Amino acid sequence: MASIRLERLTKKFGKVIAVNGLSLEVQDGEFISLLGPSGCGKTTTLLMIAGIYRPTEGNVYFDDVLVNDVAPKDRYVGLVFQSYALYPHMKVYENIAFPLRLAKVPKKEIDRRVREVASLTKIEELLDRMPGQLSGGQQQRVALCRALVKEPEILLLDEPLSNLDARLRIETRAEIKRLQRELGITSILVTHDQVEAMTMAERIAVMHSGVLQQYDPPGVLYDRPKNLFVASFIGDPPMNLISMKVMEREGQLILSADGFHLPVPEGLRERLSTLVGEEVVLGLRPEDMTLAREERPGSIPGEVFLTEPLGGGTLVHFIFGDVKLRVLAPREQPVDVGDRLWIVLQEEKVHVFGPDGRSLRDSDAAA
Amino acid sequence: MTKEKRRYAAPTTLAKVRGKMARSVPYILLIISSLPILSMYLWLFMSSLSSKVMFGFIPAGITVRNWRFLWEPIQMGGAAHLSVWKATWNTLIFALMVMLLVVLVATLAGFALSRMQFRGRESLMRLIIILHAFPGITLLIAIFYVLYFLTRVTHLKFLDSLWGVALVKASLEIPWSAWIIKGFFDNIPWEVEWSAYIDGCNRFQAWYKVILPQLKPGIAAISIFSFLAGWGEFIYLYTFIFSQENQTLSLLIKALIGEFRFTDYGLLAAVSLFYIFPVLVFFIFTQKGLMQVSAGGIKGGR
Repeated sequence: MASIRLERLTKKFGKVIAVNGLSLEVQDGEFISLLGPSGCGKTTTLLMIAGIYRPTEGNVYFDDVLVNDVAPKDRYVGLVFQSYALYPHMKVYENIAFPLRLAKVPKKEIDRRVREVASLTKIEELLDRMPGQLSGGQQQRVALCRALVKEPEILLLDEPLSNLDARLRIETRAEIKRLQRELGITSILVTHDQVEAMTMAERIAVMHSGVLQQYDPPGVLYDRPKNLFVASFIGDPPMNLISMKVMEREGQLILSADGFHLPVPEGLRERLSTLVGEEVVLGLRPEDMTLAREERPGSIPGEVFLTEPLGGGTLVHFIFGDVKLRVLAPREQPVDVGDRLWIVLQEEKVHVFGPDGRSLRDSDAAA
Repeated sequence: MTKEKRRYAAPTTLAKVRGKMARSVPYILLIISSLPILSMYLWLFMSSLSSKVMFGFIPAGITVRNWRFLWEPIQMGGAAHLSVWKATWNTLIFALMVMLLVVLVATLAGFALSRMQFRGRESLMRLIIILHAFPGITLLIAIFYVLYFLTRVTHLKFLDSLWGVALVKASLEIPWSAWIIKGFFDNIPWEVEWSAYIDGCNRFQAWYKVILPQLKPGIAAISIFSFLAGWGEFIYLYTFIFSQENQTLSLLIKALIGEFRFTDYGLLAAVSLFYIFPVLVFFIFTQKGLMQVSAGGIKGGR
């Protein structure tokens, strides 16, 4: 299993810069994810790792060996496309056996390995069918087999779950994770679904417009997003993001918006004192706040405007002038429209993003 | 607000009869519009088997004489006509040459149009559509000059040769065939090709093992269409073929008509049927496959 290193990887299509100076490393046997909205360059990066695209600038290393000029067939990678890309004119068995046939593996060996990998993904009964006769989930498993059968050093997955229905998605998620752990192959998962990335990957590289935003384990991305984009992208329900102005009132630093005021938390006072009069963005996760019936120190009063029962909890909406705030209340707490409640914040869970979008929480200003 | 509930009426007998009549209307229309063609074929068949035909269809006497061309050279007036078998052979060669040229060029052109980016690609595609609609007959004189010029320059025989006309016919068939093949290439997603490279193919293997098999229906389609176009060709052959030994079946039939004022309709019908026969048989057997392709796509897979 190989380790991967990308050094200032750039890909341009004419004037369009799809990937811009991407640098990251993946350790041997690690399962990471490239996460970002459509068009952020994650699939392009994957194709450069596979060798289909040549980088415009930058280098790709497998186990510290420069592979920029190595053909895809010599890279020992397995790639599962979003559309599965099975060979429609061949039976499932032949689809899976194809890489082995090209490598001139003896027939008996081919048969053994095809059946072995088919049993891993439980598609043994489908070996004699044509791809056109299979459902989406089945095709995906065939594509996975085809990628795994040649025992690749690196496994690349391009949005493998997006064409599956919700139920199958959850099942397959766990299955892929289990498989990866069992086989220990260095894997990269490309997706736009942050839930997928958070549940499956050990580290996530969040990308936007070709630029790497943050590369950390899921927990770190969640608790300490480095910038606005990461904060808004990670987390479901999404973080509340409110434009506020830093003001001084009665010697106290506060954040102020029309109808909504908040004293600046202790940990951020030093930073924000240099930004008086500036616009910043306040970030509060719905699940980081609680609702109380009586006033608590530092809490904010509000009237419930709308409730959305989610089953496991209730998303409670408040409106303060122009500002909308959503709080996740636990299942056991009954909340009705019109209730007057106090919103309780936890100081460490308050995020503030400066005018440049970067989080002000980190002690190191350089993101 | 109370509203009287609407009542549903059961269909009356009159309505049922009306319904039945309405349903049979399409059939009636189809039968009426097919009658002319069917009657023409019927006449053809009847004429070929009889010496004289009365009232359009009823044969005066059944005879096999009209089919004598199968074993006898046809004599009419002074000159002897070309043997039917030689004419058939010429037609076959001609159709095959057209088919080969079209398949070779159209496949490569379709690939370029689908997969490659080059300047003028859009204009070329529009040009192809226009060329397809273009009445090639207006070019007869121009083509004559071209063939003549080519003969002079290369000292090869372009005029009065099946090869020369095959080149002309093929060039008129290529634009549309290239378009069809382009469609088939378009249907092969990049990702399938990429998978082939990742699985270990070099460019040639990817072409041969992955791309070509998916093109098979398209290539079959244009082979069939161009072969039939060659088999049925008349006007270019008539204009550019002078010697009798190069005649194809279509020219032979024309020659049978042109003699004086007397035409042996029985013989004419027989030879015509002989000409049509292979095509009819072919269509009957390949109908299903052709239907699938003209709809524009390939089945199965993604």
